[in-house]
Amino acid sequence: MSEQQSFMANWVYTPTVKEHFMHPHHLWDEDEDKDWKPDGVGEVGSLACGDQMRVGIKVKGDKIVDLKWLTYGCASAIASTSMMSDMAIGMTLDQAYHITPTSITNALGGLPEHKFHCSVLGDKALRAAIDDYLKKNNLPNTFQNSIARIICECKNVTDMQIEELVKSGKAKTLEDLQRLTNYGTGCGKCKAKVQDLFEDFKHIYNK
Amino acid sequence: MADEVKKAVDQAENLYGNASSMHGLGREAETVIEIARKQVASLIGCEKGRIVFNSGASESNNTVFNIFRDRIDDKVDGRDRIVTTTIEHPSIIETVKYLKKKGYKIDECPVDKTGRVDMDVMKSLMGSDVALVSVMTGNNEVGTIQPVAEIAKMAHACGAYMHSDATQAIGKIPVDMEGWGVDYLSLSGHKFYGPKGVGVLAIGKGVPYCPFLHGGHQEGGFRAGTYNTADIVGIGVAAELAGKNLKDEHDRLWKMREMLRTGLTAAIPDVVVNGSAKPEEVLPGTLDMSFPCAEGESILLYLDLDGIEVSTGSACASGSLEPSYVLLACGLPVELAHGSIRFSLGRYNTEDDVRYVIEKMPPIIKRIRKMSTRKLPE
Repeated sequence: MSEQQSFMANWVYTPTVKEHFMHPHHLWDEDEDKDWKPDGVGEVGSLACGDQMRVGIKVKGDKIVDLKWLTYGCASAIASTSMMSDMAIGMTLDQAYHITPTSITNALGGLPEHKFHCSVLGDKALRAAIDDYLKKNNLPNTFQNSIARIICECKNVTDMQIEELVKSGKAKTLEDLQRLTNYGTGCGKCKAKVQDLFEDFKHIYNK
Repeated sequence: MADEVKKAVDQAENLYGNASSMHGLGREAETVIEIARKQVASLIGCEKGRIVFNSGASESNNTVFNIFRDRIDDKVDGRDRIVTTTIEHPSIIETVKYLKKKGYKIDECPVDKTGRVDMDVMKSLMGSDVALVSVMTGNNEVGTIQPVAEIAKMAHACGAYMHSDATQAIGKIPVDMEGWGVDYLSLSGHKFYGPKGVGVLAIGKGVPYCPFLHGGHQEGGFRAGTYNTADIVGIGVAAELAGKNLKDEHDRLWKMREMLRTGLTAAIPDVVVNGSAKPEEVLPGTLDMSFPCAEGESILLYLDLDGIEVSTGSACASGSLEPSYVLLACGLPVELAHGSIRFSLGRYNTEDDVRYVIEKMPPIIKRIRKMSTRKLPE
């Protein structure tokens, strides 16, 4: 057990993931940073799946000038949030709002397939922080609809709509969701995709 | 794998003869297989004729459930219910799920917070309709040892047969199949420093049997398939080694386990020790702990970077999103299951290893807790 081994060769994660995991960037140190006051804070995730994320941002003009985060999570969650923090600082709110899990995992050199899930929290927490900042400052949130993808073409239902309905607790079941959006009542091709998204969002927002 | 085992396996690779053949080379292979049979039998307390070699405990467990599935289908004696527990190995848990879906009646007896079978419930689950009772000897995660002999008595009292998956217990505690009244016993070679991919199903005298693999007269017609001579020799040598040092090894492992437990509990605030605290109820080399506010996969990987290899009950390490079903069955809250770490101490660990873990682990937990959204209560 005490024998040192060569981990680089057969670690489950890429060297970039490992580097971020070992030395995470922009961690929110609640002792040292106790005077650090964020302009917006977002928290997502659930203990049920074992990860939870909190992101705080400082905004100047339309730019994110600083970002700090905390996580209860695995190596993927730590590394992807660390990478996200590098990417987001210096970005405009608009750019930051459009960071995707794919762009984070690509920057990390990839994650094992079953760990992709863990990287969707960082960008969600960032978006929640931006939402929080805009709300606190009574600014219009034009981003919310800007990243919508149409999932149900017949009834024009977007992923953002599904996300919002789950997040707000309005759609607790798939039946609720169908009643509220009429998804899947046309050709029905989107049903499996909606169901996946619904489960994902329930999970992400701990609903 | 133990050096002695490796040497024996390497030597046996030269015995190329098929043990089922009548020529001299085949006879030679047959002889060493029979020696291995005796070695394993004496470790688990049964006659050598009771031993059937196979690919491992997963095959053994499936074989046993298959025998009783057949008996239920054939309405041999009208018994149509199987009783097992919530903390069995996946090769039973998944088999149970599959059989339940097919409509078979199976009850899973709950365990208490230490992982020990709730004997009152177990008693209530017995009945004249029970065909098989299957309870593992020692658990792979929390290390809890089950009162197998007592449960076997209850099973027999209502006319049911008793199976125990002893995989985790072999070489750690004395296993006495006949003394305990166990009718079927499963084990795997690699759990006691034998080769991987070889195991045993020990079958009591006069109990129902039906081969899982058909198509050959090997193993007295109990299991078809060409003999894996080298690995069978290996499991035999491993069994002999395990039997030789059983008492000393048990005491040595328990001492290290307690050293690790007390060391970590003293050095790290808010630690939860999972499983039983009684030496007679825990496999001596197993220690399962939960670290609130810290997630298990992160702990595992930071420890890995320091050359310490452990397991976790966290969902993040499993590929699914579910944390350990064993810990949940023990009534552990989800967060503690995610933050669980299992240490397995074995033959090649020393007290220096334990001291190394006690030195390396506290700063890791401190660091993870500091970056956590979850905070310990003040």
